Amino acid sequence: MPGTATEVLNRLEPMTPPSSHSPIAPALPEPGFNFAYLDEQTKRSIRRALLKAVAIPGHQIPFSSREMPMSYGWGTGGIQVTASVIGQQDTLKVIDQGADDTTNAVNIRRFFRKVCGINTTDRTAEATVIQTRHRIPETPLREGQTMVYQVPMPEPLYFIEPSRTEANKMHALEEYGPMYVRLYEDVTRFGHIAMAYDYPVMVNDRYLMKPSPIPRFDNPKLHMSPALQLFGAGREKRIYALPPYTPVKSLDFEDHPFTVETWDQPCEFCGATDSYLDEVVIDDRGSRLWICSDTDYCHQRQQAQAIAPQTLG
Amino acid sequence: MPYVAVKGGEHAIQNAEALLQAKRRGDTTVPELSLEQIKQQMQLAVNRVMAEGSLYDPDLAALAIKQAWGDLVEAAFLLRAYRTTLPRLYYSDPIDTGSMYLQRRISAIFKDAPGGQKLGPTFDYVHRLLDFKLAAESNEFTAPTQPPIAATESAPRVVQTLVQEQLVTPPPATPVDAPPFDVTRQPLHTPTNRDARLQNLARADEGFLLSMAYSTQRGYGSNHPFAGEIRMGDVEVVICPEELGFEVAIADITVTEVQMVNQFTGSKDIPPQFTQGYGLTFGYNERKAMAMALVDRALQAKDLGEAIDGPAQDEEFVLFHSDNVEAQGFVQHLKLPHYIDFQAELNLIRQLRRDYDQAQPHQAEEVLVADSPPSANAEPSSATGQASDPNVPAKHPASESHSPSELTP
Repeated sequence: MPGTATEVLNRLEPMTPPSSHSPIAPALPEPGFNFAYLDEQTKRSIRRALLKAVAIPGHQIPFSSREMPMSYGWGTGGIQVTASVIGQQDTLKVIDQGADDTTNAVNIRRFFRKVCGINTTDRTAEATVIQTRHRIPETPLREGQTMVYQVPMPEPLYFIEPSRTEANKMHALEEYGPMYVRLYEDVTRFGHIAMAYDYPVMVNDRYLMKPSPIPRFDNPKLHMSPALQLFGAGREKRIYALPPYTPVKSLDFEDHPFTVETWDQPCEFCGATDSYLDEVVIDDRGSRLWICSDTDYCHQRQQAQAIAPQTLG
Repeated sequence: MPYVAVKGGEHAIQNAEALLQAKRRGDTTVPELSLEQIKQQMQLAVNRVMAEGSLYDPDLAALAIKQAWGDLVEAAFLLRAYRTTLPRLYYSDPIDTGSMYLQRRISAIFKDAPGGQKLGPTFDYVHRLLDFKLAAESNEFTAPTQPPIAATESAPRVVQTLVQEQLVTPPPATPVDAPPFDVTRQPLHTPTNRDARLQNLARADEGFLLSMAYSTQRGYGSNHPFAGEIRMGDVEVVICPEELGFEVAIADITVTEVQMVNQFTGSKDIPPQFTQGYGLTFGYNERKAMAMALVDRALQAKDLGEAIDGPAQDEEFVLFHSDNVEAQGFVQHLKLPHYIDFQAELNLIRQLRRDYDQAQPHQAEEVLVADSPPSANAEPSSATGQASDPNVPAKHPASESHSPSELTP
């Protein structure tokens, strides 16, 4: 059942603007649960781990991860971090794959509205806390904002050394040679480093860190970010952090410098050439188009374009 | 366009939930299950959910089973998620299983143990024939009238007789003044101690433990176990709040305790003797408790200086893969959208493919002529065409180098 490009576009991007563009009014929190679900002692213990993590950028801090009402692997680390730092005055944005309207993002936002009754928003600029899976917003972050990353596998060395006992020693001794060897092997086999996402970074010249599975396109946004960046891995029970303005370097070699991916096409909706694009297959003959993965960025650009001709005319 | 459903949104989620609730209820002309029915007639399910949910509350476990549509792993998950919200008020004193109000007590190592053997309710010697009479309702069954062995009629632990002979050394106990590890409040580290190990095993997935235990019997980390004693019954839970300074009994709970006795031929520093594996679970949960005892013994390999050959002896492997709440979540998270990473992989594999094709000019040309229009968009179909080409190696180098990324959501 092939659809036309217009049908597909309409499904992905309804013509009516999403109603959620202004902050969503707070709902009453669900009775019977503490604010943000976790009890205050637990939140405190997580905040203590967060403080340690901020003090040693990129270093993984074990924390007493709890079972949450969502499954492990579905963002429980990020959810616990958000629950521990969020307050009544905060405005929360949740994205998955860059979008506010993917099922997992909708579900987590719904959860926090239910157990906190706080404001939520789609707009990157309006949010004070942004929980994310797999993307960093295109709109530059500012001071005072907190990014919370959902992390599936915090250990950057796990596919080189599966034993965490050994990996901990390697971190302690700053023994990162094997990781460089792994990257070098890519260079010898493929002529370049063949890692597309979750591309390892060196934090503050000391700790090797996984940036969570963001595409390497987003790695440069980690570097010297004015926002506080917190990483929570629930199932693996680890927290790590990048305080504002932390140097973050993607691993590379002098003769094979780190690069990010680019597209030959602009975004079908907003014409952006500087954002990460999703490929959308639009029929069963393999036709494709490309759209911004960051839905808010795309909306903002479309709105600006809609206003611009009027002011000119 | 059959599927762009990853951008489902709130409405779709609400509908899915409503559908789930309706499906769970089933035919409304059939009376609804009550929690009391589940609690009374599906006790072993309730016990398993309490053990793996690590919360002793038959009412909530019954609710979880009802809510989970009978899926016991999901029910354990519901109970854990609820448990999270409860504050930790006190640690109880260690329960005294020696003064258990026994419902069942057997030993496979002595024919006549002090205190006697007591089969209790067990499947062990029942022929597993489907009982078609049970399909009819309003069955009535009468329990035999012999009262359970009272706590006062002492039934000392069978293994104690071996301890007296110094033929078995109990594993070193955690010092009483040191607070026990709390697996529900502290992240697990390896190498770890036995208190953390036992807690982890006590709430581990029954199926996982059973397979691990079974593997030790089949030679993967061999040790030859005997069921020293299996006892099931009720014990008192006692707390001693500092502000009161005296003990208060807060509950009676049912537990199953297993002490396995294993051969040990000795090492350089330790004389030949028997060693012990220990299993304890909430409720009547004998298969799980026995499996736990075998795995506990296998995990002592390191302390006893035994060779570590089997997966069941590898502490890190066992402890970090035993929890079904963790495991089910991570396995099933693969259902979540991954199109950002997949896009990144797609870009990479196309680049690798281009490089590969350029390295083999005549093949690439042939394929392009055969089934690909000269459009950039159609590249994937040319790639597909090539994959079936017998001249092209089936295994692309990238698939090997990228196996780790498959694990990465």
